[in-house]
Amino acid sequence: MRVELDVPKCVASGQCVMAAPDVFDQRDDDGVAILLQEHPGEELLDDVREAVAVCPAAAIRLVER
Amino acid sequence: MPEAQSCPVTGAAEPLPEYPLPRAAECPLAPAPAAQQLRAEKPITKVRIWNGGTPWLVTRHADQRALLPDPRVSDDDLDPGFPYVNAHRAEIAPMTPRLITNTDAPEHTRLRRTVNGPFVVKRIAKMRAPIQKIVDDLIDQMLAGPKPADLLKAFALPVPSLVIAQLLGVPYEDHDFFQRSSSLVLDGSAAPEEARRVSGELAAYLDNLLRRKTADPDEDVLSEMAGRVQAGEMAHAEAVSMGVAMLIAGHETTATMISLGTLALFQHPDQLALLRETDDPKLIANAVDEVLRYLSIVQTGVRRVAKDDIEIGDVVIRKGDGIIFDLHAANWDPEVFPEAERLDLTRPARTHQAFGYGPHQCLGQNLARLELQVVYGTLYRRVPTLRPAAAIEDLEFDHTGTTYGVHSLPVTW
Ligand code: HEM
Ligand code: SF4
Repeated sequence: MRVELDVPKCVASGQCVMAAPDVFDQRDDDGVAILLQEHPGEELLDDVREAVAVCPAAAIRLVER
Repeated sequence: MPEAQSCPVTGAAEPLPEYPLPRAAECPLAPAPAAQQLRAEKPITKVRIWNGGTPWLVTRHADQRALLPDPRVSDDDLDPGFPYVNAHRAEIAPMTPRLITNTDAPEHTRLRRTVNGPFVVKRIAKMRAPIQKIVDDLIDQMLAGPKPADLLKAFALPVPSLVIAQLLGVPYEDHDFFQRSSSLVLDGSAAPEEARRVSGELAAYLDNLLRRKTADPDEDVLSEMAGRVQAGEMAHAEAVSMGVAMLIAGHETTATMISLGTLALFQHPDQLALLRETDDPKLIANAVDEVLRYLSIVQTGVRRVAKDDIEIGDVVIRKGDGIIFDLHAANWDPEVFPEAERLDLTRPARTHQAFGYGPHQCLGQNLARLELQVVYGTLYRRVPTLRPAAAIEDLEFDHTGTTYGVHSLPVTW
């Protein structure tokens, strides 16, 4: 699985961090998302799916393989 | 031609629904029946509002998710097509400085990033212990006081005001003043003049506190904003308005989720029992999102205006048209939440739109969730006999405020 984060679209809501803390983090000063791993393991698929679903900016894409 | 006037064109006589749509008296916690019907039959349709304007009403979950993040959908309340909530909002719009609540990207992105730091998930998580202490102390005080008690005044309003005091960095010795004044301004009990005087006092208080934090910074939001003011990233007055905005936006909403949420749980004893008997943080977190979904307390809808023509489904929203997003209707959309009328604390509820959707989605949502998790995870376990002291038919609901709530919630134990 490959995850894409569109940083300019990100509105720094932190919803991805709540859904998938192993895959996303936030910058301390303004909360913009940071992609921790572009190729997370399959065990994180549900978390990533939830992150995609809750992101208010539609800034996360899951490229499944 | 004179005859034409007496021969109305077929269909033209059908009046547009008046928005807001009324709730059914017998189902005070459910969305307006007409909103549910529109969602099924005319999911994007025109309605009429207080000033005669005819914005679009969007009721389906999927359509709201498609439109709210769309850059053509604007929060510019100076646009003549903007569907104001009421005359007061229309009047103050031209006098209001540009803030996160009335700007679009890229201005909105810039402004929001300057105030977002304190709401970063990891920083909010550090507030769990202080919030737990606030909640425990307030429960102690309520239990030591007379019963029945008004849950709103004794507990639901003080929780968010003390939490915001802590977040902003209001010193402990001023908490009493802060809590009393903010409740007075927000609980609607004061005469307009009195409310205006006290809100002036609060703004002056925050203004003064911001100056003190500039000279002597601490680990709190006002100190952080003071730093940004000194670095030239923010004006002093902007920082004060932001402090006031956090207080206003986060106080009544969170208090309502505590009082109306408790009422909803009283109406669903099996669900209340789940909370009374659990200490599973996952279940509690999900319960908070489900109650947010079920109640969708922001009842005025999210308001926007189209900056360009937008084709969606079989309608074209024209440039300059107003758009209202009814959050309650979307959160009861059976396509996303089957049997939406059931309060089910174990259902997947995370994709609800009670905090809105898109770039303006609630700035304080992570804090609000944490407060509600502590409250729902503590109150019913510590007071297992907590029960209503008035029938639901005798409660007074607020149908006109931004948030739908009760004026008081008598409880006993
Ligand atoms: C359960 C409690 C809450 C609910 C249901 C709620 C609901 C909402 C909703 C629906 C919006 C979106 C408005 C729009 O799109 O036009 C919003 C925005 C906002 N909320 Fe909340 N809110 C809550 C708590 C809080 C708290 C605790 C704070 C601050 C400490 C806060 C601060 C804000 C601010 C500043 C905005 C404007 C964001 C923007 O326009 O970019 N809210 N809220
Ligand atoms: S959920 Fe979306 S908008 Fe929010 S921080 Fe993550 S990527 Fe950014």
